[in-house]
Amino acid sequence: MSINESFAQASNFLVYGSMTAYTAAMGAFSISVAKGRRIESLEESASRVANASHQVRMGATLTLDTPAVSTSVSSDDRLGEGRRAGNIGMSLMWLATMLLGGAIALRGLAAHRLPWGNMYEFSLAAGFSVSLAFGILSLKRDLRWLGLFIVIPVLLDLGLAMTVLYTEAAQLVPALHSYWLAIHVTAAIVCMGAFTVAATLSALYLVAARVEERIAAGESAGKLGGLAGRLPSADRLDLLAYRIHAFMFPLWTFAVIAGAIWAEAAWGRYWGWDPKETWAFITWVIYAAYLHARATVGWRGRKAAYVALLGFGAIVFNYFIVNMYVSGLHSYSGLH
Amino acid sequence: MAKVFTATAAWLRWIWRQLTSMRTALILLFLLALASVPGSLFPQRGTSPLKVSQYLRDHPFAGPILDRLSLFDVFASPWFAAVYLLLFISLAGCVLPRTLEHAKQIVQQPPLAPKNLSRLAAYVTWTSSVSLSDALPVVQSAWKSSGWRVRSEDEWVSAEKGYSRETGNLLFHLALLVILVAVGFGGALGAKGTVIVREGSGFANNVTQYDTFTPGRLFSNDQLPPFSFTLTNFKAAYQLGGQQNGAARAFSADIKVRNTPTAPARNVTIEVNEPLRIEGTSVYLVGHGYAPQFIVRDAKGQVVWQDAAVFLPQDGNFTSTGVVKAPDTVPQLGIQGFFLPTASGDSSRGPRSMFPAPNNPQVFLSAWSGDLGLDGGIPQSVYQLDTKAMTRIGIEELKPGQTWKLPHGRGTVAFTGFKEWASFSITRDPGKGFALVAAFLAIFGLTLSLLVPRRRMWLRITKQSDGSNLFEVAGLSKTEAPGLLDEVQRLAQQVKAIAPEVPSVD
Repeated sequence: MSINESFAQASNFLVYGSMTAYTAAMGAFSISVAKGRRIESLEESASRVANASHQVRMGATLTLDTPAVSTSVSSDDRLGEGRRAGNIGMSLMWLATMLLGGAIALRGLAAHRLPWGNMYEFSLAAGFSVSLAFGILSLKRDLRWLGLFIVIPVLLDLGLAMTVLYTEAAQLVPALHSYWLAIHVTAAIVCMGAFTVAATLSALYLVAARVEERIAAGESAGKLGGLAGRLPSADRLDLLAYRIHAFMFPLWTFAVIAGAIWAEAAWGRYWGWDPKETWAFITWVIYAAYLHARATVGWRGRKAAYVALLGFGAIVFNYFIVNMYVSGLHSYSGLH
Repeated sequence: MAKVFTATAAWLRWIWRQLTSMRTALILLFLLALASVPGSLFPQRGTSPLKVSQYLRDHPFAGPILDRLSLFDVFASPWFAAVYLLLFISLAGCVLPRTLEHAKQIVQQPPLAPKNLSRLAAYVTWTSSVSLSDALPVVQSAWKSSGWRVRSEDEWVSAEKGYSRETGNLLFHLALLVILVAVGFGGALGAKGTVIVREGSGFANNVTQYDTFTPGRLFSNDQLPPFSFTLTNFKAAYQLGGQQNGAARAFSADIKVRNTPTAPARNVTIEVNEPLRIEGTSVYLVGHGYAPQFIVRDAKGQVVWQDAAVFLPQDGNFTSTGVVKAPDTVPQLGIQGFFLPTASGDSSRGPRSMFPAPNNPQVFLSAWSGDLGLDGGIPQSVYQLDTKAMTRIGIEELKPGQTWKLPHGRGTVAFTGFKEWASFSITRDPGKGFALVAAFLAIFGLTLSLLVPRRRMWLRITKQSDGSNLFEVAGLSKTEAPGLLDEVQRLAQQVKAIAPEVPSVD
């Protein structure tokens, strides 16, 4: 079937539209973060964590269902400006997500197939998946403080997609003619989106944990104090990051296994240590190590968060470096 | 002597305890990830043997050292095996005792109620006039019917749920062990081979017909099922125009296949992603190319060679190279050639095809005379000419139907047309079904182990000095799952329905 050029054109316009909306959201979230204050002070968090660690030693796991004070960052009435900016940011974020979703849908209609057959399309889908994961998470809790740190990687991703990775709408190479494209690649995209959000939380946790530790030790908050003062407490960040990682790890496992089933049908073996497979395996092992680290005394906390970031590093490496610079069977970047 | 024995036993116990600790497992996981990295950065013999030989040629000093360190066979190297075997020993040493422990817990009753419930993470309390003997049995059955395992004593009820979390955890780790075993046995009992088949030619499944054949260590050749097939037609479609001009869009190979030499032939189409599954063996379409047809005659006009010669593609547009060897002429005759499916007309920069489909097929030939070197007893590639003892007698370009009169009256070469060929990978892996089932059990177990919350709940009823009863409900989560307080409040609500709160009389 031929390519519908006007749909392909419209898809490109929608990507630019969504990038504009993301940029505006970034501005709104910046104001929101600048004006936002957390309700529980850094000192309170630090001392609560010190007390809670006693509970952990008693054998119970910290659950944080009922923190002594609300730690969600929302500016109170005196800081209405920041709150309004956060709300505007959330609305713009949803708008941008919908525009990007539209761009992806039009791209699929233009080529009469699922629109994730090359790196450009995969990058659009990954950006969409990150935004959607953020949007869904924000339905149940106030995440206005997180918006800025989500919108930045999404904009970077889309910028790369439009400049370096751009590929005209076209049909697929024969190896991708399979319903496993819908299963394996979709699972990988969803995982990439959610792992991006989780890695962002782990990085923010490291900032907050560092600052709280300094305060608990009686030192000044340091350079990062300003940022930490606008985030939830370290233990909350860590817990949210862990929950996303734990929820996504089975799906990542499934994505790898679905890939193996597809590889068996396409290439005659279910596992062959193709560079892409190798890095998917490395990513899986690192995230497995993260889950174990969080259950190991002496590793939970900062060390575990570094392991999570390492896992995300492996994903990024697998996506950009392996796709573009290492030749293997997964050569679908569409770039020459 | 006995002392030495005890000391050794103590050491062994210490080593075992270290090996099976979570800390060691963590370090081994990191090592496993780290050990995999060179496998993606250096070319590997398993996937690209040609690149390995190229690398060794390009790096005459570093290459052999890297080779000694198994860096071109990372995933078959002793050090990689050492890491994953240690990891799996560590895993087994951790999982087996935990399985016994978990089995015990399933049989046993929920634990005793702690003395001080108010110290627990989630705690609800109230006073009621309902008596202990009225409340306890009702609470017990209410909790039981909401899925809790309940133990009730004189003054308290203890309940636990979420055992499937640990069951899933153990299932996941055991499934990983099964996958490892399935991969090992599948490799040892299986075999894989590749073969190039030209249109109109056939293949019968026995070892001599393969171009390459790699049996597993425990594979015996009589395990090859006696099927055979003929390639009747190969079809390819390519993107025309645009950024991805020439990219492949569809491949298919029509074959006539017989399960046994005497069985009736049936028509099957093999495509990428659509292998032929036959008698526990799978036949995959993995590549294709062109086989130009030549008729070579000697000086007397006798046909000395007539066939379609398989040429191997060198680039995405199927600029292909190959040779024809005619050993029965004196002196012997060899022809090296390029086949271009779409020649550009301008060959000033060497013969290069412009498009993978045969829109303007052409061959560029060079003829060699001398000794082909076939009698030395050293096996020769059928795709290369050994020109050490030969001299070039001429070059020519031909379109289909054209004939080249060789210089010095050495004979003629007629380019009569071309056929397409397809390469097939034929594999047998009896372990893959087990690996697949184990993989899905692993996902199932993993999901349980990460998403099922394991919780303990207690209700204690204490008689107070004023005759009323103090009701305390408390919960403990053994995981970081959210909603413990909600759960405690829900169970407390069930109790309150039986034992309503009365204001205390202080």
